[in-house]
Amino acid sequence: MAFDVDNPAPVIEPPRARTSKTPKATRGNFEMHAWLFMRLSGIVLVVLVIGHLLIQLVLDGGVSKINFAFVAGRWASPFWMTWDLLMLWLAMLHGANGLRTVINDYAERDGTRFWLKMLLYTATVFTVLLGTLVIFTFDPNIR
Amino acid sequence: MATPVMDKAEAGAPANNSPYITITLRIRRFNPEVSDEAYWEDFTVEVDPKERVLDVLHKIKWELDGTLTFRRSCAHGICGSDAMRINGRNRLACKTLIKDVNPEKPITVEAIKGLTLQKDLVVDMEPFFQAYRDVMPFLVTKGNEPTRERLQSPEDRERFDDTTKCILCAACTSSCPVFWNDGQYFGPAAIVNAHRFIFDSRDEAGEQRLEILNDREGVWRCRTTFNCTEACPRGIEITKAIQEVKRALITRRY
Ligand code: HEM
Ligand code: FES
Repeated sequence: MAFDVDNPAPVIEPPRARTSKTPKATRGNFEMHAWLFMRLSGIVLVVLVIGHLLIQLVLDGGVSKINFAFVAGRWASPFWMTWDLLMLWLAMLHGANGLRTVINDYAERDGTRFWLKMLLYTATVFTVLLGTLVIFTFDPNIR
Repeated sequence: MATPVMDKAEAGAPANNSPYITITLRIRRFNPEVSDEAYWEDFTVEVDPKERVLDVLHKIKWELDGTLTFRRSCAHGICGSDAMRINGRNRLACKTLIKDVNPEKPITVEAIKGLTLQKDLVVDMEPFFQAYRDVMPFLVTKGNEPTRERLQSPEDRERFDDTTKCILCAACTSSCPVFWNDGQYFGPAAIVNAHRFIFDSRDEAGEQRLEILNDREGVWRCRTTFNCTEACPRGIEITKAIQEVKRALITRRY
């Protein structure tokens, strides 16, 4: 294609340029709380995750010891139930919010953004609910 | 890095001890009136390694190719017109010495990223200045004007000294990966200029500016990559300034 002074090539606009019409929308303090949550949940997760990995994979024979009885034994204690429940919720919400940031960063079109986030939220709610259900309704005598 | 270059220059220029060396400037060219494709063009020039990249651009424009397009005004690091990507890093062409960017290899020069490229090294700065305007970069006060200047202690002045140094060259904002992907993010330069007034004891609109930066596209978008701090030709601790705004927002609430 030939371009000249009267027929210049189209320039490539970067995604979502700021203009005077960019909405000055403020969603309360949501972003601030999300930011704080990432740091606070991160600190708690260090303890929970390292503890979890040690017990499951390192101490007392490593992975080879894990079987139904081992899981049933741990979930007989409310302490380990709380531990796993907290780890499930914090890791899922932390990971989901992290991915929300990544989607906000990388999705160029608003439609793509919206649907990727819907997919993320659906997967998160499903996993958190399913995990919570299992922890609370776990039956050690199941056949 | 400088020493071998000088040695080579002396070896390559017999008898007359000339300081000049031959370098290649590899410039990213774009002219929408000719083609929609940008391309690299090499220019081979004789320069004194103690000259600046801007001097070489001048030499090319004035002696080799008058169509080369770039911005510069003061030529001394004050106006902030000539931020560009030199060897992959955002710098001011007028503050970058040839000897400091490895003249033994071709030196690449391209426009800053994240803003619409208009021609060669010239980008559309409007979205950048829009973000700047949006943080209200001016003194706001209430009540009657004092009859003399508004006094401030040296300590109060020191509080925001670092962020007064910004020359709005856009080297920081156009080095920020969040801004590359989302041009609605205020970007480091706008936050620096908000910081300049938020922490000024004479200003009374700090709350308002904090609220503006609490936005979805405000300070919480920052991922602490430090690209801005590294890019700033004025040595402003930009990431630190952004963190100070975040901290002010949090302590304001709790
Ligand atoms: C082990 C302790 C952990 C700590 C201390 C921690 C800390 C953090 C912090 C502070 C951020 C925010 C980074 C930023 O905004 O620049 C973050 C982001 C993120 N975290 Fe974690 N985290 C931990 C565990 C996890 C786990 C278990 C997951 C997955 C379930 C996870 C997934 C993510 C994701 C996807 C992001 C977003 C990545 C990004 O912003 O580039 N993290 N983490
Ligand atoms: S030309 Fe003015 S800052 Fe470089």
